[in-house]
Amino acid sequence: MHIKHLSGALVLAACLVTPALAAEPAKPGLTGKDIAFQLPKGNCLACHAIAGGEQPGTLGPELKDMKARFPDKKELAAHIADQTAFNPYSAMPPFMKHGALTQEEFDKLVDFIHGL
Amino acid sequence: MNKIAYTPALFCGLLAVALPALAGPEEDRQAMVKYFKDAYPKMDQANFIYGALAFNQDALNQYKSIMEFPPYVEEMEKAEKLWKTPMKSGKTYADCLPNGGKMIAGDYPLFDNAKGKVVTLEMAVNDCRTANGEEAWKYGDPKTMGLLTAHLRTLSDGMKVNIKVEGPAATKAYEDGKKTWYQRKGQLNFSCASCHIYGAGDKVRSEILSPVIGQTTHWPVFRAGTNLVTLQTRYKGCNGSVRHVGEDPGHESWNNLEYYHSYMSNGLPMQASVFRK
Repeated sequence: MHIKHLSGALVLAACLVTPALAAEPAKPGLTGKDIAFQLPKGNCLACHAIAGGEQPGTLGPELKDMKARFPDKKELAAHIADQTAFNPYSAMPPFMKHGALTQEEFDKLVDFIHGL
Repeated sequence: MNKIAYTPALFCGLLAVALPALAGPEEDRQAMVKYFKDAYPKMDQANFIYGALAFNQDALNQYKSIMEFPPYVEEMEKAEKLWKTPMKSGKTYADCLPNGGKMIAGDYPLFDNAKGKVVTLEMAVNDCRTANGEEAWKYGDPKTMGLLTAHLRTLSDGMKVNIKVEGPAATKAYEDGKKTWYQRKGQLNFSCASCHIYGAGDKVRSEILSPVIGQTTHWPVFRAGTNLVTLQTRYKGCNGSVRHVGEDPGHESWNNLEYYHSYMSNGLPMQASVFRK
């Protein structure tokens, strides 16, 4: 009986956790740069050249002069949150629309990218 | 609004609806060839059978030297043994498959009108097995189906991909595969087309993305030496990369995808098995 309840609880817990696609909580100490460079997070380097990053991809443009391109940081944030809202053909993942980052990670990432 | 203002809009609307119906598989393939010709005018599309290697001469040279003495020779010896092992009825796969299994891989996947569905080469193998007293193998299993088809496909080396889409049922399956090809999937929101049409030749990190044309000509591949990967197992891998759970090898929607996908390589020579990074 106990086991039955326990396994029921486990299944329920698994169901609650399984949207593995939802962003995992930010690890303390993860910087905006970490988020931009790391595969399980932003992984911006997969497609964009970024100063200080090795082996960048070429699908997207180099991320530099960002303040000149986006004087308003909020506009940059909107592009990172969902680039398909600006260009439906864009290959760029809609990070916030699809919950790939937590709000805290997203804020750190936007600060880092805006500083490039 | 008056009638005159409406008429051109109505006409254009009708035209927009009518145009896609005019395009068939061959028009799709030719449009793909033209797209890559425009994008990479200096490239010989015959080299697309080498996938991403076509975009990097050094890597292509390295590949060709690896292929002189491939690291998976022992696996291919096992594959040939498996191919020659009779089934429970006493018959071999060569007895069961069309033309003894020789020069047939380019015809697959084919649309079987009697069955009303796409039949992959792997399904033809399983049909042989079940008709000869054996259990069907799991699609994508590298140790059974993967290994057997690794040998079977060598019997079609040099055969040109020759996919046919004839009749409304076959066209429907092709269109379903095409839809899957262009449909965005997963948390990262990529379609097959995002990377293998629009991104082909570009890099994701240090990896060059291969073009759709030529992609189906050389499966299974041995990755990093002896790790056998079938085409539909690779679909699974792509799904994982875009954080999508997706189907499993042998699913009808993937068979239809393979049907569309293979059509895009029509006319290109096949080779099995090959090395990939």
